[in-house]
Amino acid sequence: MSLAHTQSIALLGLDGHLVTVEVDIADGLPMYSLLGLPDAALSESRDRVRAAIVNCAEIWPNRKVTVSLSPAWLPKSGSSFDLAICIAILSAHETIAPDSISDVVFLGELALDGRIRSVRGVLPALIAAKKSGIKIAVVPTANYQEAKLMQGVEIIAMGHVKQVLRWLRTGEREIADEIDLDWQPSDELLDFADVAGQPQARLAAEIAATGGHHILLIGPPGAGKTMIAERIPTILPTLTITQALEVTAVHSIAGSFVSRSPTSLIAPIVSPHHTTTRVAMVGGGAHVIKPGACSLAHHGVLFIDEAPECPSGVLDSLRQPLEAGTITIARSIGNVTFPAQFLLVLAANPCPCGKFTGRGRNCTCSSQQVRRYLGRLSGPLMDRIDMRVQVDPVGRVDMARTDLGESSADIRARVIAARKVASERFSDYNWSLNSQIPSRALRTVFQPQRDAMNFLHDELDKEHITARGLHKIIRVSWTLADIKGHGVPTLDDVQMAHTLRGGSEL
Amino acid sequence: MQRKRNQRTGAFGEEVVSQYLISQCAEIVERNWRIREGEIDIIALYPSGIFAFIEVKTRSSVAFGHPFEAINREKAHRMQRLALGWLATHGCLGCEYQIDVAAVLIAADGSHTIEYRAGVL
Repeated sequence: MSLAHTQSIALLGLDGHLVTVEVDIADGLPMYSLLGLPDAALSESRDRVRAAIVNCAEIWPNRKVTVSLSPAWLPKSGSSFDLAICIAILSAHETIAPDSISDVVFLGELALDGRIRSVRGVLPALIAAKKSGIKIAVVPTANYQEAKLMQGVEIIAMGHVKQVLRWLRTGEREIADEIDLDWQPSDELLDFADVAGQPQARLAAEIAATGGHHILLIGPPGAGKTMIAERIPTILPTLTITQALEVTAVHSIAGSFVSRSPTSLIAPIVSPHHTTTRVAMVGGGAHVIKPGACSLAHHGVLFIDEAPECPSGVLDSLRQPLEAGTITIARSIGNVTFPAQFLLVLAANPCPCGKFTGRGRNCTCSSQQVRRYLGRLSGPLMDRIDMRVQVDPVGRVDMARTDLGESSADIRARVIAARKVASERFSDYNWSLNSQIPSRALRTVFQPQRDAMNFLHDELDKEHITARGLHKIIRVSWTLADIKGHGVPTLDDVQMAHTLRGGSEL
Repeated sequence: MQRKRNQRTGAFGEEVVSQYLISQCAEIVERNWRIREGEIDIIALYPSGIFAFIEVKTRSSVAFGHPFEAINREKAHRMQRLALGWLATHGCLGCEYQIDVAAVLIAADGSHTIEYRAGVL
């Protein structure tokens, strides 16, 4: 028999499809055809597979080899099919028992000497494999840590085709080291104790972390905006296992494990440069649809420094994911939905020269320039920002203090406690953070105290705030109440939230 | 010198394949039929009445790859054109025919093996 088949996974975004890799070896002139809409990297698999087979002292069939990746209509890309093709060819050439591979998923790129190299998207592929009822999956050793997150599928890590062949022929295999899944946050390099002074910005960061409120930090260069933003993940609660799986799956597709361990439980932070493009921000790509910065920041922080410098449209492309918590990217090869629930942190200078703070004596910008600068942040986007916080230059008193500020661990303990209060309050609803309360519920069930509402209604009458702004203020005031232990937001909480919103509409 | 040796190797391979075909009850119609477009190594007539046009590749080592790898798509198509040319000039156009390839590997000790593939197009 010169026919064999095995399994692999094709990914379209986070969705995996089980792909049957069939190989037929027929009499005829030596030929190799690969069917099933392969892209360039996949078409090149022929030469990798052939070299790997020959260099493992196996025999390459000098016949007509037809490889079919089914379903044929599904576009396939990347090098992760190499291993499956290699094993199926050897099986069709009758050197491996066909039954031993027909229900095994093989993932991995081949080096010319037969080593198995790491590939992107192992975790989402395994999730799909499990859904399709696959019990055994062979993955590259380099992806073992990530693959091990997947429960319910036997993961076999292999570093070389020879190991795979020995396993398939004799059943022997080296047991890979058990990966320690301690799920503990690794030691944190950043800590809020490093930030000198800035009580208002600290409070705003705490509120943002607790209620999931988006935040804009405005201040001159060197005041500590970036420092504060980078430390927000350290006060966020650690991810739950479900959340961590989602985060790791997205990062796996993007192949960004250089900066982030696949078993990390720390909320991710992504800080794209302000020259970033729209596609890099929301995701895209013609052949392989990759997640953008907003999906990589899923369950974490998306920090954009120098936000007004962003080309117009880049920030506004975030409006839809901010609203929906997901982003759907449509391309000719299909539609892909990535999760995108992130905490948006924007940082901006007050003006082009950056010195328009305090009395603005050193500022060299004209008043029109100053007005224009923050005006680049579009109205609809600013409307989704709950807090606009001035980060003033650190004064001599704060700098001279030798005692450090509150540490991240202390703040995080408060954040976790306050989130617990909120999630208990919302146990009957399908949201868990204060920032997610729908406006209808705000006007009916979740109203602040009466005098606080009167204050807000007065502000509304004076046209100091809009109806939308009113809702935002109430949401932040709930978070303040949770932190301070008030059952219902008081006038104090609401006024504080009003101040944090920046008073007037920007 | 080298060229002469190669020619001898080739002729040896063709002879070996001819013997093999005769042992298979085929009749050798012509050897080394040559026109401007190229050459057909062996033309044989099977007992079933099918003409076979055979390309023989002979190698004394696989250092330059398997003999069959030297036959690419273009070469196979040229063989088909030549086959049609032969049939036309011999008044057999419309006869059933096929293109075969044979690989002869000569080992260091002088022994040889034949791989024969019929009907490759």
